[in-house]
Amino acid sequence: MMPRHKRLLMVLGIVCGVGVAAALALTAFKENVMLFYSPTELAAKAPGAAERFRLGGMVEKGTLKKTEGTLDVQFYVTDYKHTVEVKYSGILPDLFREGQGVVAHGRMQGNVFVADEILAKHDEKYMPPEVAKALKDNPPPPNVSAGT
Amino acid sequence: MFPEFGQFTLVLALLMAAAQAFFGLLGPHLGNHRYMGVVRPAVAGQFVLVSASIGVLIHAFVSFDFSVEYVANNSNSALPTFYRVAAMWGAHEGSLLLWGWILALWTLAVAGFSRNLPASFASRVMGVLGVVSFGFLLFMLCTSNPFSRLPAEMIPADGRDLNPVLQDPALAIHPPLLYMGYVGMSVAYAFACAAMLEGKLDQTWARWTRPWTTLAWCFLSVGIALGSWWAYYELGWGGYWFWDPVENASFMPWLVGTALIHSLAVTEKRGLFKSWTLLLAILAFSLSLLGTFLVRSGVLVSVHSFAADPSRGMFILGFLIVMIGGALGLYAWRAPLLKSQAGFEGTAREAFLLYNNIALVLAALVVLIGTLAPLVNDALGLKSISVGPGWFSRSFPYLAMILLALVAVGIHSAWKRGRLGEHTNRLWIGVGVALALGLAVVFVVFGAGKWQSTLGIVLGIWVIVSSLFDPIDRWRRKLTLSRAVIGMTLAHIALGVNVIAISTVESYTIERDVAVGLGESVTLGRYAYRFDKLEPMEGPNYDGVRAEITVLRDGQPVTVLHPEKRNYWVARATQTEAGIHSSPGGDLFVALGEDLGAGRWSLRAQVRPLIDYVWLAAGLMALGGALAASDRRYRSRQAAEGTTAATSTAQAT
Repeated sequence: MMPRHKRLLMVLGIVCGVGVAAALALTAFKENVMLFYSPTELAAKAPGAAERFRLGGMVEKGTLKKTEGTLDVQFYVTDYKHTVEVKYSGILPDLFREGQGVVAHGRMQGNVFVADEILAKHDEKYMPPEVAKALKDNPPPPNVSAGT
Repeated sequence: MFPEFGQFTLVLALLMAAAQAFFGLLGPHLGNHRYMGVVRPAVAGQFVLVSASIGVLIHAFVSFDFSVEYVANNSNSALPTFYRVAAMWGAHEGSLLLWGWILALWTLAVAGFSRNLPASFASRVMGVLGVVSFGFLLFMLCTSNPFSRLPAEMIPADGRDLNPVLQDPALAIHPPLLYMGYVGMSVAYAFACAAMLEGKLDQTWARWTRPWTTLAWCFLSVGIALGSWWAYYELGWGGYWFWDPVENASFMPWLVGTALIHSLAVTEKRGLFKSWTLLLAILAFSLSLLGTFLVRSGVLVSVHSFAADPSRGMFILGFLIVMIGGALGLYAWRAPLLKSQAGFEGTAREAFLLYNNIALVLAALVVLIGTLAPLVNDALGLKSISVGPGWFSRSFPYLAMILLALVAVGIHSAWKRGRLGEHTNRLWIGVGVALALGLAVVFVVFGAGKWQSTLGIVLGIWVIVSSLFDPIDRWRRKLTLSRAVIGMTLAHIALGVNVIAISTVESYTIERDVAVGLGESVTLGRYAYRFDKLEPMEGPNYDGVRAEITVLRDGQPVTVLHPEKRNYWVARATQTEAGIHSSPGGDLFVALGEDLGAGRWSLRAQVRPLIDYVWLAAGLMALGGALAASDRRYRSRQAAEGTTAATSTAQAT
């Protein structure tokens, strides 16, 4: 084969390869991006049951219920305007507390958020930036303290 | 000793850094030797001063000086001495001081070992390092002073204690090692900037730069591995990598650093890839700085983010722009002068190293996109997003597989002319052995798993077999085996081991989160975990419960695990200590969840084959790198000059 043809083929090969790779990367990216919702945003427009997303807010005090002897828990996440019920079956992270910030991954089933992952935040002073922002947009009433 | 003394020495160190940067860069420019003579004393002085600062801070920790805000926030009278010292770098301010000290240490090493280099070049290298140091010290003094005192009425009787997750030996040494790697990349960066300022980059330059870069890369490898190991047993996550933004922040410089040490090899041996090498050197350090920025500015949703302080973020961002922008500007101006002359064939070693570089940089890009996309989105004012681990696990492994195949084939190629045909035997033997052994391991030992894992195991074995041909051949022919060759072989074997381990863990891990009562068991494959006992316990600054869990294999007891759940008194934090039994075949892992009521506890039980080799391989890689960096040609001057003469004649012919 002539060197020029060879080079042309190589360039074509590279272009095709890069194109395919980019297309694959794009789909992988699209499928793995998760949006963040605060309870207020959820109340306005909840995503469909198929969409996995992040929910963030404070764990409302006095709402944590455990089903005795099982891994099932249920609690409410609030941004002091709206509240959403969360169900989860699994081990809660060490720093999960009532009255503190939380981020959960999961889907809506009717009016209940079914979490498949509760994020482990390993610093009690730390509040997830998204939660902090959501709370800044919706400041808590003065008689409620935002965590510790 | 007064804490203010530490702050005072820090201010003096800042002035020293300014002198080092000013005279180091101006001296060579003006050809003024008296200016250049100032640089080394400034480096030494800076090291002494920053060391004094660190000493003062450690002293404040050890002597419980809770009038210092940083100590009050991160220590406690019940904290054991070892952790009181380690608490020095346990949070933002102190870890920056450690960063600065390590930079001073690297600069001191450069000052000590650069006496053979041309005076103007060495001076420029130290000048650039002075700029980096100046920026960091200024940042510390302006926004994150570790010595600031609390007003008298606010001094607490006791400190708030070190974050309990940090009270662990591996984590106490993880930041210093990681920083040795991060900051070590600044040396390669300084060498690159100095070469561009000189307008001269030859093979000798590459030979000076190589050992420094390799050494920094070694530290980075060990630092990352230690962090990953810590997350495994201390956070109770039970895995080796989570694509957490901060893990990614340390992984990106590693990937680019790996590309850099290979590109430097081409520049040293063949005088090629000059501008590419420079670009990689700039990128590697830029990503290290970016890592520091991501971790310290609190913009990331991560385990490591400390409370966000916007002024800090803005300062680091500005610093980042100056350091990266300055270097890239210099690059745009000067790199065209540094044309490479020689050519090579598409299957020569140069070509394979180029392909490997492309794969590594693409891999770093994949990680960068996943890590930065949420930030970019935020900055654009769009809805908050996060990128799940799926993005990484669906793109990174495939790039890694391509890279492994390139390594396995490329190892046989020769410089300049790519007569792979001469090594057809080696190629086929390698493929044959890898397929036979890999498939045997997969289907006989483990049973069918994901196809990616099967391919990964085969590729890993192929890399190991391929990297053994050349050293065995040399040994048979009674040729000398240089440390460079042994080191390279060791690192490549480690890569293979690492990939085999990861592939195995990905396919053959069994994990279950369950609720069990005393006397009950949970089954994982051939193993059963039996919850035997639960008893209270007490440590120096915590109390808690300790479980006794007997692991049985095919009904026979294998080991007894003791996972703990601790309550740290002062920090008022709960902390899980996993129970782990390691054996050559893999780990048995159990973490204690919480009291579920009705006499049951939640347990996270896992069987992970070969997982320890993921970290051991990283250590082996670093060992290989250290061996290669200590090769004779970097140590002895005559030998070094001999090689250059030889390569330049070889090139001439």
